[in-house]
Amino acid sequence: MIPTVSTVLDDQDPSVPEIIRGTGHLPEMRVDPISLFTRVREECGDLGRFRLADKDVVMVTGAEANEAFFRAPDEVLDQAAAYPFMTPIFGKGVVFDASPEERQQMLKNQALRGDMMRGHAQTIEAEIRRMIAGWGDEGEIDLLDFFAELTIYTTSACLVGKPFREELDSSFARHYHELEHGTDAIAYVDAYADIDSFRRRDAAREELVGLVQAIVDKRIARGVSTGSTTEEREQRDLLDVLIRIGMDVDTITGVFISMMFAGHHTSSGTASWAMIELLRHPEAMGEVVSELDELYADGSEVSFQALRSIPVLEAALKETLRLHPPLIILMRLVREDFELLGETIPAGTLLAASPRVSNRIEADFPKAGSFDPSRYIDPRQEDMQNRWTWIPFGAGKHRCVGNAFAMMQMKAIFSVILRDYTFQAAQPLDSYADDFTKMVIQLQQPCRVRYRRRSS
Amino acid sequence: MRLSVDLGLCQGHQECLAEAPELFGFDDDTDQVVVRVPEPAADQLGAARAAVKYCPAFALSLED
Ligand code: HEM
Ligand code: SF4
Repeated sequence: MIPTVSTVLDDQDPSVPEIIRGTGHLPEMRVDPISLFTRVREECGDLGRFRLADKDVVMVTGAEANEAFFRAPDEVLDQAAAYPFMTPIFGKGVVFDASPEERQQMLKNQALRGDMMRGHAQTIEAEIRRMIAGWGDEGEIDLLDFFAELTIYTTSACLVGKPFREELDSSFARHYHELEHGTDAIAYVDAYADIDSFRRRDAAREELVGLVQAIVDKRIARGVSTGSTTEEREQRDLLDVLIRIGMDVDTITGVFISMMFAGHHTSSGTASWAMIELLRHPEAMGEVVSELDELYADGSEVSFQALRSIPVLEAALKETLRLHPPLIILMRLVREDFELLGETIPAGTLLAASPRVSNRIEADFPKAGSFDPSRYIDPRQEDMQNRWTWIPFGAGKHRCVGNAFAMMQMKAIFSVILRDYTFQAAQPLDSYADDFTKMVIQLQQPCRVRYRRRSS
Repeated sequence: MRLSVDLGLCQGHQECLAEAPELFGFDDDTDQVVVRVPEPAADQLGAARAAVKYCPAFALSLED
């Protein structure tokens, strides 16, 4: 018998929107998912149950259960069917035309191959420098606005292509943000419900289709590149390819949205939280800055170093990821009855693993709540020692294919900005917080920091 | 020290080949790594550790 977690928010409570009354733990997951997931482990142990509308969810934690979760083949635990809130964002055409495996394979082979990382590192460095070119000697930024915009440029340039990226400005990032904000858990009942955040999501998608349409029109007027000469090949990007195979603009937009989705809010959120944690821990910030100063003292290039080991910075980034994993819950739909720790999980159940909860298991990560980058320094290596519970990037077959790219990008970002500027919180340090009311978690605004150019 | 790969985890990123080309090969049919030197010599251990550390899938192990 798998125990069920307690209920703290009555699903008939007047505060609960009518459309999700009577849906078990869905109302709580929609406002305070962390407390729900944490309670599941506290009250139930490695396997605990809660209910989202007509779906029974079994949440697993701990190395043994996580390993079984992450190793299971797709025929048994299906990832595609578990994220209903994504379909309206990608568009139905995209969701049904290619399986997630095909899309993952496409990304991996075309954009994330080891030998393409050097070029991406150069692109990313250039994008960061472009974003801060107008900064001057001092000023203030909002972390969410800044990193969300930067990572739109980097992901579009690296994953879609530079010519496409050159057509984008901050309006693309704004609409994209609305899409991410349209991931209300109400989607577990009805992904097309008539609610404000879904209306805004759909309007934002229309806007993005409009922007892509304008770019396509310009391309066609100029003549779509066939890649027949060397110069044309340089100019060609994925957009040319998709236009040439006759894909309609709505689907093209959906393909781009889906290619960029996994890497965007995750990277943007992690960069923001790394900054916040470094501001909260000045000694860690000091060590990172000294490491970078030493590393770049010989004038070596960021795009070169970001692909190599930068141990102190890496440790700070890993610790940020452990405490603030951008994906707090990973889901699978059980397709065939599944044996787990002596229990049979019937087909039709949603099985979930929680990076947020697993990453803070005290037995694996002593003083789990505290920010301690020395966990990753030899010989502790708590990430590798706990490969089934240190799971900000997931684990097993579906482990994030973009994680090398993401780490490189964050190393490049901090290499550039910490070399040129010092940072200071522009609000109380404990006032920085995540907004957990959507499945895609983002920083709560305001989340402002001040920068000042370093003397020397 | 024994160097091994868990083929249930290897995603074929080939980062390990970049870190330690002399220790690994690649099977294009399965899109997975092949450990060519299961018992690296002392002067190869540094490269082996780097490969283990930077494998994006945590698919490699180096154990006594
Ligand atoms: C800090 C940044 C990132 C974090 C924390 C992160 C986290 C994750 C996690 C937890 C998963 C597993 C999902 C699951 O098991 O259901 C995943 C999968 C994935 N990630 Fe990332 N990710 C990041 C950056 C990126 C980037 C930059 C890209 C692309 C450039 C990317 C592309 C993907 C893709 C395509 C998958 C699906 C893999 C599959 O289903 O087999 N991610 N990511
Ligand atoms: S780096 Fe890891 S995932 Fe990639 S080929 Fe080597 S062992 Fe496989």
